[in-house]
Amino acid sequence: MMEQNNSTARTPEPHIIVRDLTMAYGENVVQKDITFTVNKGDIFIIMGGSGCGKSTLLRLMIGLKEPAKGEVLYGDVNLWSLTPDERERFMRNFGILYQSGALWSSMTLAENISLPLEQYTDLSPARIDEIVSLKLSLVGLAGFEDYYPSELSGGMKKRAGLARAMAFDPDILFFDEPSAGLDPVSSKLLDDLILELRESLGTTIVIVTHELASIFAIGNNSVFLDADTKTMIASGDPKKLLVECKNPTVQSFLNRGRPGGCRYDENEAEQHSAGPGST
Amino acid sequence: MNQGELHFERSPENTLTINVSGDWKITDALPSSDDLMKEIDAEVPPQRIIFDTRALGGWDSGLLTFLVRLKHHCSGKYTTIDFGGLPKGVQRLLDLSSVVPERKEVRRESVRVSLLTHISQVEGNIWHSILETLSFIGEVSVSFFRLFTGKARFRRSDFMLVLEESGVDALPIVSLISFLVGLILAFVGSIQLKMFGAQIFIADLVGIAMTRAMGAIMVGIIMAGRTGAAFAARIGTMQVNEEIDALRTSGISPVEFLVLPRIIAMTLMLPLLTLYADLMGMLGGLVVSVTGFGIGMNEYFQETKDSVAMANIWVGLFSSFVFGIIVSLTGCLRGMQCGRSASAVGDATTSAVVTSIVGIVIATAIITILCDALGI
Repeated sequence: MMEQNNSTARTPEPHIIVRDLTMAYGENVVQKDITFTVNKGDIFIIMGGSGCGKSTLLRLMIGLKEPAKGEVLYGDVNLWSLTPDERERFMRNFGILYQSGALWSSMTLAENISLPLEQYTDLSPARIDEIVSLKLSLVGLAGFEDYYPSELSGGMKKRAGLARAMAFDPDILFFDEPSAGLDPVSSKLLDDLILELRESLGTTIVIVTHELASIFAIGNNSVFLDADTKTMIASGDPKKLLVECKNPTVQSFLNRGRPGGCRYDENEAEQHSAGPGST
Repeated sequence: MNQGELHFERSPENTLTINVSGDWKITDALPSSDDLMKEIDAEVPPQRIIFDTRALGGWDSGLLTFLVRLKHHCSGKYTTIDFGGLPKGVQRLLDLSSVVPERKEVRRESVRVSLLTHISQVEGNIWHSILETLSFIGEVSVSFFRLFTGKARFRRSDFMLVLEESGVDALPIVSLISFLVGLILAFVGSIQLKMFGAQIFIADLVGIAMTRAMGAIMVGIIMAGRTGAAFAARIGTMQVNEEIDALRTSGISPVEFLVLPRIIAMTLMLPLLTLYADLMGMLGGLVVSVTGFGIGMNEYFQETKDSVAMANIWVGLFSSFVFGIIVSLTGCLRGMQCGRSASAVGDATTSAVVTSIVGIVIATAIITILCDALGI
């Protein structure tokens, strides 16, 4: 559960440590020797080209897929050395926004958010209703309690998914391609919301994305996975990687495939990340 | 961990200071705010509310929900709230929660519907459903016409796959159920027939019952639960994934491409499965007769041959042909009518099975009455 943490100037404190991780589907190794640390309050980006194993890495980190080798540590807890029951309980500390929103289609938004609260707490229905209203208003969906997911637009589904992910006020939020399928304005609004959550609550946020605008606008730490070498080839602040990283694959990715290396302009990036809807 | 506490104090300047201390988390027991609300509603309400959070520990949505409740309680009243004394994170989240104001017009109020309105809605739904079904049957008929004139398009490989799913793949379950039905018929019949020493007529009973009705009915029901449901689920899922829309926009009729091969395959396969089921049922009767009542195999075979007229077999085959149309048409119709959610696929599948079984029973009744009237 989240603690009061309003400081923007934070001293790095490891929150998630991924060590010597190998992920595979049967004999097919997707990525190997993955090692990085996510600090408390980081907005950590997992980036790389399509099909390099970003989402698979996320699934390993949230306990949905077992690694072939290596460990994922949350503090001193090794996620994959827990028993399945312990791991299931531990996973309640995470909030996860899936790529499609993954809202339960037969339930209203209020029911989507309240279900985990009803299952795992003794809160009264009145308090659960208050929490549901609060979460929906935080994502700008006040009044949509009785709507079904099929009645919402793509952006609204994403925001509703985020409200559900925040139901338990988790320490860590995971996002799988949050901007996928969103227009630039909605994407910018979601980025702002992610930043606000980090600033207000100190939540650690891990995002799988290849949206450059989002990467530069909100990310302060990252890892870059490469499909060819099947391992991580860079890590650190994405803005610094753009300037300092010499790896041509990383440079090509961060410069949208433009040859000639770094063309990053901070002012240009700021305008880009602000999106056409901003003033 | 400190228990969350709530105290308040009114100053001579009519300012209410709310002291929030300890941990305020959703999973903890939080203090009641009833006394505070009463104080705000007092005859002389406070002019201003401020906060003292120096002793506040951990917080989460537990504190935020309290503040939102307080904010709502004071809205439109004389009292103003100064959130300045709260931690910055709390203030930012409170701002965020009100940055997009609630759109009152989107909120749904529960409306009581009168009985007459409800009856009229049900009637409207029934008519709508009938019209939709007729329209679908019309569309299928047109597609059949186009097929006979060589204009309809579907892939041969798809058709062969559906043929296999509706035929060969169903053999194990049809074998088991038909054998057991024959067995049950023989046992039930033998109770009465044994009293007259007429066990040999078990062969007549099983043979006629299986060929004339039971074989076709059992195969129809199996196929409704197995393949008809699969048709509804598959086409329904395609509806959810916008695959049907993609067919339409590509200029391909989904009825021709998806429905036609399924109807043809099942209508062809059901009579064949029924013949097979008839044989398996008779085998079940044979096993009971030979092992339980000492009837010889040749004797049983001869009695069956004498009793089962071709008319019985034709009635059974005709019934199965009709059932094939009912089950495949219903499965495809429910799939095409499916909404765009996971639960809608479930509803479509259930509806396909229920409608098919009801259709089979009604069709059996009509065929039986017609046969009786025609003396078949």
